[in-house]
Amino acid sequence: MAIAVTEAPPEPPAVRVRPKRARRARLTPGKVLLALTAYAIAMIFVLPYAEMIISALRPPKELLSRGYLPRHYDWSNFTSIWKTGFGQNLGASLKVAGGSTLVVLLVALPAAYYTARRKFRGRSLFLLLVLATQMFQPAAMLVGIQREFISFNLPSPIISLILVNAGFNLAFAVWILNAYFSSIPAELEEAAMVDGTSRLGALGRITLPLALPGIVTALIFTFIGAWNELLVALTLTLGAPDKQRPLTVGINNYIGQYSIDWGHLFAGSVIATLPVIALFALIEGKVVGGLTAGSIK
Amino acid sequence: MTEQATLTAKRPAARRRESPARRVARAAYPLLWIGPALALIGVVVLWPVVVMFRTSFQHISPDGFILGSAGGRNFTDLFNEPDLKGVLTRTVVWVVAVVTVTMILSLGLAQLFNERFPGRRVARWALIAPWAASVMMTSLVFRWALDANNGVINVFLHDIGLLKSFNSNQADWLGRPTSAFVWMMVVAVFVSLPFSTYALLAGLQTIPQDVYEAAKVDGASRWRVYRSITLPLLRPAFVVSALINVINVFNSFPIIWEMTRGGPGYQTSTTTTFMFQLKQSYIGESAAMSVINFGLVILIVLLFLRVTRRTGEVT
Repeated sequence: MAIAVTEAPPEPPAVRVRPKRARRARLTPGKVLLALTAYAIAMIFVLPYAEMIISALRPPKELLSRGYLPRHYDWSNFTSIWKTGFGQNLGASLKVAGGSTLVVLLVALPAAYYTARRKFRGRSLFLLLVLATQMFQPAAMLVGIQREFISFNLPSPIISLILVNAGFNLAFAVWILNAYFSSIPAELEEAAMVDGTSRLGALGRITLPLALPGIVTALIFTFIGAWNELLVALTLTLGAPDKQRPLTVGINNYIGQYSIDWGHLFAGSVIATLPVIALFALIEGKVVGGLTAGSIK
Repeated sequence: MTEQATLTAKRPAARRRESPARRVARAAYPLLWIGPALALIGVVVLWPVVVMFRTSFQHISPDGFILGSAGGRNFTDLFNEPDLKGVLTRTVVWVVAVVTVTMILSLGLAQLFNERFPGRRVARWALIAPWAASVMMTSLVFRWALDANNGVINVFLHDIGLLKSFNSNQADWLGRPTSAFVWMMVVAVFVSLPFSTYALLAGLQTIPQDVYEAAKVDGASRWRVYRSITLPLLRPAFVVSALINVINVFNSFPIIWEMTRGGPGYQTSTTTTFMFQLKQSYIGESAAMSVINFGLVILIVLLFLRVTRRTGEVT
């Protein structure tokens, strides 16, 4: 990861500027074949999610039929799901993902800015520590997390989940923001300060707006990571009421001991995936650049 | 930076006159900025490791009460589990197979999606889908699609004549340990591909275009260009995404949990799901499994650092 950070600026300009003739390339048979292969592969990648939507729209009577598509489409799963506590799960997920995103913003931003702008004793040690946490996932220390947070006796598992998700997404945020801040010349801030702006003013008016793409990317990845997290949520919300259980746990509860409520399970999955798609749409162009700047779980 | 410049100029004199309290204050100043991050890492990442190690030496009742010290009992119990050998072997197969296949496929995919063709943007978009949706949901869709009675994969296999009858032993892919494990590896590759492909795409874009032009002038063949230019220059991106994949795949929980719960018995479990299953009744032993998992992750990371240090890739 350190590699990419030092070698590549967040947005390599070389990619954008391409000779005009390349853009107007003619459609040769080879190119058509290439495009068709790519479309076919793209189809394969979407198919499972198409099946998810189709199954959510199957009427209960057709759930066990063997047609690729149902004869009728039925929205009842999407209306009745709100009577199963799903709305409360949705609220819990919003709190967990929103809370972790906020914590990451408040914690990662100053750390990344300071390490990018100043050399101080312990700086490389700190960055190494951050990098090391990137290598670990909650799964490797789950028992420790569970026992620690039980001993904290917090009023709601939502607080624990906010902290855990923020902690494990912090590394990526610090690295990507550090790369962005480093790529913004300090002279820009100094010029503003010479013109009479305060240090904080320069930070707020010059540096933060320039780093905004990086900030948004880091926050969205944190949000999505927390939104989709299953293992810690499953562990820390044992016995908690619906309003404290995030979506992933809620959806898991449609799996009973003897039967599975597939209709609600997939309707819930579709609803849960919509905000993620919207967020990915926001950072679409940044995904590749963001990957060069840091790394992703 | 101006204030810092003057500070540096005055430093020798200033330091002599500075009181110890001020010196401490100055050394502690960075903590104002990085302190919150340190605190969060301490509470969420470092302290759980300590608790986990401590728990692995405790005798704990299933409902979480500490009954006293266990000495090394948790570890000996774990090593005496008849299923442990299978679980460990499966974990190695799981990680090696999934990461190898993922990396080979994403090399091809990155190359393909780096070419210019009409509709590339939309096609690249589709590639993100398994990354955006949670792994849990993807795994559940595959479980549903592999249903022995009406799963869409079975319907398709039946239509093309590969599946003789529904509800048969053959159709029950997730009921047989080996075929279940193979299908779960397929899902693991599927959900790992977007990240790796995008990481390699990012790597491809950092390769300057003129290197290729020069090779073209020299009359190098396509395969030769790929082998001698693209692959070596792609190495850093490749190594990083391979390592991240190893860590992710090793720690992967949702796929196995949602598709088979590690069953039948523990026959499709890896160390991560095995740890979770143990946790439900033997917390101490589960902590011992966690300690071993943790050690394995450290081993992998150190191995990676050694390999990359030697080739001088980490700066």
